[in-house]
Amino acid sequence: MLRRPFFWIIAAAIALFALAPHGEDVELRESLLLAAVYITLASNLNLMLGYAGYVNFGSIVFFGLGGYFCVYFMGSLGWALAPSLLVAGIAVSVAALVFGLGILRLRGVHFALATIGVNEAVMAFVTNFEPWGGSTGIYLSPELFQPLGGPAQALWIIYYLLVAIMGVSLYLSYFVKRSKFGLGLLSIGQNEDAAAVLGVPTPRYKALAYSASAFLPAIAGGLYFFKGAFVQPADAFDLTLSTEAIVITMLGGSGTIVGPALGAYLYEELRGWLLTSETFANFQLVVAGVLLLLIVQFAPDGLMGFFYRRWPRLRRWLE
Amino acid sequence: MRRFWLAAALAGWLAAPGLASAEDTITIGMTVSQTGPLNVDSVAQLHGSEFWRDQVNAAGGIKAGSKRYKVRFVTYDDQSVGGRVQQLYTRLIVQDKANFLFGPYSSGLTATAAVISEQYGKIMLVGGGAEPKTYQLGNKYLFQCITQADYYLAGAVQALKEKNPHAKVAFVYSDDPFSKAVVASAHKLAEQAGFTIALEESYAPSTTDFSPIINKIISSGADAFLGGGHYPDGATLARQLYEQKAGMKYVAILVAPDSPKFATLGDAALGVMVPSQWEPQVKYKPDFGPTPEQFAKAAYAKTKVEADYHTASGYITGLLLQHAIEQAGSIDPKKVAAALEKMDVTTFFGHDKFATDAKNHGLQIGHQMVLAQWQMKNGKLEKEIVWPEAARTAPMLYPLPEAH
Amino acid sequence: MLGLAASLLDGVLVGAVYGLAAMGITFIWGVMDVVNLTHGAMIVAGMFGVYLLVAATGVPAYTALLPILLGGFLAGVALYWIAIHRMIGRPPLMSLLSTFSVNLVLIGLGTAAWGTVLFNVSVSLPGFSLGRYTFPGTHIMAAVLTAAIAGALYLFLYRTRTGKAVRAVAANREAAELVGIPTTRILALSCGLGVALAAISGALIATLFPFTVLSGDAYQLKSFVVTVLGGMGNPTGALVAGIALGLLEGLITPFMPVSWTLVIEFVLFVIVLIAFPGGLLSVGQRRAVR
Repeated sequence: MLRRPFFWIIAAAIALFALAPHGEDVELRESLLLAAVYITLASNLNLMLGYAGYVNFGSIVFFGLGGYFCVYFMGSLGWALAPSLLVAGIAVSVAALVFGLGILRLRGVHFALATIGVNEAVMAFVTNFEPWGGSTGIYLSPELFQPLGGPAQALWIIYYLLVAIMGVSLYLSYFVKRSKFGLGLLSIGQNEDAAAVLGVPTPRYKALAYSASAFLPAIAGGLYFFKGAFVQPADAFDLTLSTEAIVITMLGGSGTIVGPALGAYLYEELRGWLLTSETFANFQLVVAGVLLLLIVQFAPDGLMGFFYRRWPRLRRWLE
Repeated sequence: MRRFWLAAALAGWLAAPGLASAEDTITIGMTVSQTGPLNVDSVAQLHGSEFWRDQVNAAGGIKAGSKRYKVRFVTYDDQSVGGRVQQLYTRLIVQDKANFLFGPYSSGLTATAAVISEQYGKIMLVGGGAEPKTYQLGNKYLFQCITQADYYLAGAVQALKEKNPHAKVAFVYSDDPFSKAVVASAHKLAEQAGFTIALEESYAPSTTDFSPIINKIISSGADAFLGGGHYPDGATLARQLYEQKAGMKYVAILVAPDSPKFATLGDAALGVMVPSQWEPQVKYKPDFGPTPEQFAKAAYAKTKVEADYHTASGYITGLLLQHAIEQAGSIDPKKVAAALEKMDVTTFFGHDKFATDAKNHGLQIGHQMVLAQWQMKNGKLEKEIVWPEAARTAPMLYPLPEAH
Repeated sequence: MLGLAASLLDGVLVGAVYGLAAMGITFIWGVMDVVNLTHGAMIVAGMFGVYLLVAATGVPAYTALLPILLGGFLAGVALYWIAIHRMIGRPPLMSLLSTFSVNLVLIGLGTAAWGTVLFNVSVSLPGFSLGRYTFPGTHIMAAVLTAAIAGALYLFLYRTRTGKAVRAVAANREAAELVGIPTTRILALSCGLGVALAAISGALIATLFPFTVLSGDAYQLKSFVVTVLGGMGNPTGALVAGIALGLLEGLITPFMPVSWTLVIEFVLFVIVLIAFPGGLLSVGQRRAVR
């Protein structure tokens, strides 16, 4: 594994993220942080979308629940950051397993609709759930940043942790793809019934993939909402982020590892520019929509698909 | 000859930075809900702030010690979304190098912005965030210029008690931090006043169909309505209460009825009351700055729209910041913060004083609210102040004409 | 007791309009196996259509419905050619994403043009009072018009030749092509009809409640819930399910805080998807294999 060049390419990318702001460029850190979040979400989404061919429209529910669990543990129960993140990740993966039990027997469109239903149901529930602040959400006191050395330092620590999570997501994608498990997922993506007939334990693999695709986004959510010291249902379960994750994965090339990362980075740069450009502030979604339409109609393999066809040798280096 | 002009141009170009620095600027950053449900109130607040900025710049800028500073705003659209607020305030501080910040509009957004302003140690003056909890999490640089949420409906409850000590109250409010805080406090006050609380229910802020809840209000036998949220839901509630003939004798709705736009509801607006931070008819005598009348006239001349309390809130954040800088004699955040903490002044907006204990730092403890009501005056719908007695400009219309 | 009855009756009236909205989705799904995720944007288009027509020409809101119907139809045909035509026969994921992307574009353009401000179409129609409760005239009118439109659709599908062709394509596209039916044209027509239904339901909703550019999302979700309840591809089912959902809402609200309605609806949605993929109405019925 360590001899494959791609392993080191991923490591280089992580190092780049970590070192680029060299501990003082806050502006760069903020934009890279968002990019890292997108890459994490897209890579994990890819496990279901790119490998197994299941569109998870509501993938944001993992991010949001992770955020809620973590903020709740730290704010109301007074736990430290590390255990809060870990337990949040596990809790959400377990929840995903439970949801998955129900909805993974659905295929195609029905599955996609069901994931939206899950997200909306969770959001509607949390909005009514008073221990989690209901529609107001939970606010963290700035004092919670003290154990990390004060707000300024805490922001850096959170950044490095997020970069680490991003790295783990990329490696997870990579290892899964190279494993028997990944092969099984890819075969499900090609033709689920044939895969089942040939002995791939499809229900188990799907459940595992769905649950695995929840773990890292949940931790990322915990970090993201801890940083903002605030979580509320409308932000935590905003379908727009899921949407963007899908666009990113398709843009970059679903089923590859570089694809979501590349797509996430490009999209984040574009989005950052659109956000503050006066004329275009509202065009973020229009651009996402047009991009997605063009990709789906004319280039369903995304950017990586295009690169692979142009330079077939690239396949050996970049996955 | 050419060489002369070249030299002159070069000299001019070299001198330009020097010339520019002769006019110093302070940058004030804020987000505005240009789009999204909070748009109406947020833009009114922005107009108030811009009005202040233009006045200050026209007078030569803010005087800090021996220097004069012109004021420059940097604003972004937060689309009424909390997530964007944090990104944008970070950008305002880190990229646009804002010296001071004004809060966004609404308690929810203010709370998220406050996280960022505290993380970076920047002073933020708040004209649109009434919920007290934000100031009770332990802050150093937050200053609330308006009355806090707990007192919003205090006047409405008092005034109702004078008219009908046995009122049956329905609390129907938007599920957002501000409205929840207001009603939580009003609930206690209503119980103390001896009212029956016939119904207490919240609705999702994006609700547009209030008929189920209105049917519930009718079923509960309530005769007084207190609640609402921000502009869109408040206005819709007023309209649908009227259309469904809910039979309320007393209707007090938060925020929405204060906007001049509310008059477009016609008959549905008649008699509706609103707790207000400020009305053009108030009679405060200012220590500095314009009188209420001067402010109302000048604001109208500038924006062509009647000033409501959001416009006034936007203006007061600027006015108080200016006063603090002048008193501190510098733009150093610590000195300005100290000046704000010492402040105890009366302006066109009313009395302003900030709490300075660690637990409630920045909470507004001086300002008072009034209760305004839409009444017919010479065939036109106008707002009159009906409570407290000292500020009254017209007697309260009670009970409301039928169809409410 | 009267309160409950009022609640239920109002629920039926509003539910009928939800059913109409859902018919748009289920129709397209039934005929061409495509889930139209532009549905929400088209509902909003209908809402704004009515608003703009009334504002510009001052005609009463209900007269504006006819041009909306026409406009919706044309928009639907355009949608077919832009986003759906190339996706026929491809995996459903592609048509999902394709229509979804058009939705993003339309909503994005809409927010750029009109922000997210609340709009209102004022319609004054005398209501109907029962005791202390009033049923707004607009609710009654909307339900009546829904019934009329649903009736017209039924007549079209079962009493005209084109309608028959549509049913044929819905049943088996390849076979229909083999017997000489111009399938592409029928598909485009069906898409037009589906979107016209969405637009007209939007127009009707605009007469009931205020709306913003983003309202479409909520109604699209409701339409999905109704469609799933009634069985995908079954227009009658959609109408019935819409009324049933309205009844359910009317039943819940007197007893629970209104905010719980959404939770119940979505949980129901997921449960029905998992347990009754053919819709609640298919329970106990044998359905033809699709």
